[in-house]
Amino acid sequence: MLNSSLLQLGAALRSKKISSVELTQLYLHRIAALNSKLNAYITINEEMSLVQARAADVQLAQSEAHALTGIPIAQKDIFCAMGWRTTCGSKMLSNFVAPYDAHVIEQFNRVGAVNLGKTNMDEFAMGSSNETSYFGSVKNPWNPNAVPGGSSGGSAAAVSARLCAAATGTDTGGSIRQPAALCGISGLKPTYGVVSRYGMIAFASSLDQAGPMARSAEDLALLLNVMAGFDERDSTSLPRETENYARDLNKPLNGLRIGLPKEFFAAGLSADVAQAIEASIAEYKKLGASVVDISLPNSRLSIPVYYVLAPAEASSNLSRYDGVRYGYRAPEYTNLADMYEKSRAQGFGEEVKRRIMIGTYVLSHGYYDAYYLQAQKIRRLIAQDFVEAFKQCDVIMGPTTPTTAFNLGEKNDDPVQMYLSDIYTIAVNLAGLPGMSIPAGFSGNGLPVGLQIIGNYFDEARMLNVAHQYQQVTDWHTRTPQHIEV
Amino acid sequence: MQWEIVIGLEVHTQLSTSSKIFSGASTAFGAEPNTQACAVDLALPGVLPVLNRGAVERAIRFGLAVGAHITQRSVFSRKNYFYPDLPKGYQISQFDLPIIGQGSLTIQVPTATAGQTYKKVVRLTRAHLEEDAGKSLHEDFLGMTGIDLNRAGTPLLEIVSEPDMRSAAEAVAYAKMLHTLVRWIGICDGNMQEGSFRCDANVSVRRPGAELGTRREIKNLNSFRFLQQAIEYEAQWQIDTLESGGSIQQATVLFDSDKGETRAMRSKEDAHDYRYFPDPDLLPLAIDNEWIEQVRATLPVLPQDMQQRFMEEYSATPEQAAIATSSLAFARYFEKSALLAANIDSTMIEKVITQILSPDERQQVADIIAQDVAKTKVRLTCNWISGELLAWLNRTETSIEDCPIEPSQLVQLALRIENGTISNNAAKQVFAAMWARECGGDADAIIEVQGLKQVSDVGALEKIVDEIIAANPAQVAEYRSGKEKVFGFFVGLAMKASKGKANPAQMNEILKRKLAG
Repeated sequence: MLNSSLLQLGAALRSKKISSVELTQLYLHRIAALNSKLNAYITINEEMSLVQARAADVQLAQSEAHALTGIPIAQKDIFCAMGWRTTCGSKMLSNFVAPYDAHVIEQFNRVGAVNLGKTNMDEFAMGSSNETSYFGSVKNPWNPNAVPGGSSGGSAAAVSARLCAAATGTDTGGSIRQPAALCGISGLKPTYGVVSRYGMIAFASSLDQAGPMARSAEDLALLLNVMAGFDERDSTSLPRETENYARDLNKPLNGLRIGLPKEFFAAGLSADVAQAIEASIAEYKKLGASVVDISLPNSRLSIPVYYVLAPAEASSNLSRYDGVRYGYRAPEYTNLADMYEKSRAQGFGEEVKRRIMIGTYVLSHGYYDAYYLQAQKIRRLIAQDFVEAFKQCDVIMGPTTPTTAFNLGEKNDDPVQMYLSDIYTIAVNLAGLPGMSIPAGFSGNGLPVGLQIIGNYFDEARMLNVAHQYQQVTDWHTRTPQHIEV
Repeated sequence: MQWEIVIGLEVHTQLSTSSKIFSGASTAFGAEPNTQACAVDLALPGVLPVLNRGAVERAIRFGLAVGAHITQRSVFSRKNYFYPDLPKGYQISQFDLPIIGQGSLTIQVPTATAGQTYKKVVRLTRAHLEEDAGKSLHEDFLGMTGIDLNRAGTPLLEIVSEPDMRSAAEAVAYAKMLHTLVRWIGICDGNMQEGSFRCDANVSVRRPGAELGTRREIKNLNSFRFLQQAIEYEAQWQIDTLESGGSIQQATVLFDSDKGETRAMRSKEDAHDYRYFPDPDLLPLAIDNEWIEQVRATLPVLPQDMQQRFMEEYSATPEQAAIATSSLAFARYFEKSALLAANIDSTMIEKVITQILSPDERQQVADIIAQDVAKTKVRLTCNWISGELLAWLNRTETSIEDCPIEPSQLVQLALRIENGTISNNAAKQVFAAMWARECGGDADAIIEVQGLKQVSDVGALEKIVDEIIAANPAQVAEYRSGKEKVFGFFVGLAMKASKGKANPAQMNEILKRKLAG
């Protein structure tokens, strides 16, 4: 049951081989046994999950079921879910119980999926290793000494360790794709605007995008069908026709043109990862694809541009956490300014404070033009690079990360080294394009490698097709980490 | 040496939408604290703003009314600062690309001579949309501060003028004209007590012809009287400071209405760095020509155009025209009265007021009111509106909508004066009775009951004069010897004898004739 696809689980539920309550309990038992080792979840609420499971069983009995009815999904703790503590990985919100549902949560509730719990994450999604969480770091199921990646590290670890059937994540600079790669699962960041941001706690509004994390491309398609859709409460949500993202899964790949950006295979890429990626490209050729060498000349500027724009937006987005209306307030203070200072100094962690300071600086009078405006210009150039590239190819491929999972604590003292682990993913967010990562092999030390697939705007169905066809002829995505048996 | 005062105004008008600018919560005034603040207004984690189309439409209305450029792609920016009644830690406003560009407003400024005004054009720099903050309540919380977020997110249009005004009187005339205009076009209720219309005044002084002086900004003036007092005090303070060898530092000041003084709140040094940047949660605001034209089609005739018409068609003075167009309701009252005085029938009057006259009908009306006999009646009616009626409205703080005297009743009174039935003084007595709705406000009935009808019967008047002449031979002799000053003595006696009801013109004529012997 733990290795079943979502389609298989749905069939089992509809044919009464298992009830949603039983399936939910199965996962809750595994979480109870394994979460102390992995720390993938911040909040579990058995009672609320089981209420949903029982309702799903009623729905299943009345055969009004949707493909995901009764399936337990782990929700990244960045999504507000009514009645659930929603912390965003921060002490600042450690006492915050959301009084409303995010659009993504509503969508899953609407089809009768079960909210299995809230997964661990880097504080306010700022981090690439899940080590900035106020609730402690998450361990990589493949190696408990390694990081799971971030910021959606809890969701990635939970999917990888079979602590849920599937999960949600959010991706601002690689926060779905990088942990998916490091934990050996599949993850998709859709085109900016495809999934509503309503109720998803903002980090950098112009880059944040929610997406599914699961064990296969086929699962991702089913999840995205639920998550996507226009929402008038998000002004950046795009009014588009409803799509079935699974429609093209089985199309053959004959004639597919794969662009390989030379910048993604240059210095800094580890040999293990390079080897695995080359092998998967060879596999694609066998499937009928051809390869085109392309260039994304401005992508080298992605990291500096990102670390101007994302902190700028974050510094403003996080101003609401002031201790006045909800969230953490310092126990002692002398006046208003002191309350602000102490509440924020005590409520935010190091990395969040670092980014608030960077963001405040780049927006300051006298620096705005040199940093923020300049970064916006380069952002447009980076997006233009992709426009040019997609004239020559249908999808772009490369490594998701330069290395496999690094060790816990390894990059904590060097933020720039940490930032570089997102070097291949960030340009996609800056351009607003869809990107995904799928398992593509293992390094010599047994850690997963992720293959990144970047599509043109709104080309999610094609990307899922490309990923699914690969997963029909390889079994990397079915591998299970050791030491996760209960 | 002379000083020139330079004033620019920033006026915050609350737009009259029923819901907030970025959320669906109600904007009604006076609800229990925090009962009209939804998740978006409270800035809960994860919420997002969605722009209210009604607020944009009102901004467009304003732009069209002041002949301004409507920006087809304007941008919302975040103005970042911490304050407990600013829940997000930033205010969504517009910075370098406001929805409304340059425009202008023509004002009539009163002079020292009663009834005299001069015309002035004030240029508008821009107008932009933004959200209001909540309120901090410093009383009743035992040393703590209460926060009421009902007002948070209420739509505001901030209207910024060029520094074109040169006196407190000009600033007040501009603010009043703006106040009239925003109510006229239905974008703001203009309620100053509730904060729907708030003025900030930038004041500086200079020698005529010199560069602009350093300005100080007086914040949050919520009455025209305070605006006048604050500017006068501030300008004098600056002049005194400069004349005593001091200099002016840029600062934000508050007006203490109890003491009648301005007081510095913060200096330029501790001015905020608001770190404006485009709000990534909102797309640029696109306004196409079609939308602009749709809005234009619903715009009423503007007060400045109506003033012009009132002066031309009803021979109103500039002051009367300004009074008549102080609100749309007042203009309706004024025009209805003028047309009734000219004896236009009520069906036609309705057509004039609702602007649905055919060209033929328009000509017909124009011909009637152009006749001398109509003109006199109309002018008399106008005088009564700008005189007695306005005085009573002001004294009793009654709005024209609640005026107890109908236009038809007022005109009835004016016609009784015009045809000599009552004297001007008696008419004031009748007006007071009409205001109190005596006899159903019917002028004729009041004249009858109070016995105010003038005596115009020549026989009766001659009899009175004969008796006076007979009783005062000494004064008659004096008059006849050339001392014409004594004439007033006879008038007094005659009026007294007629109990004030004698038609003065007639009485004069008879007295003169009989005294001449």
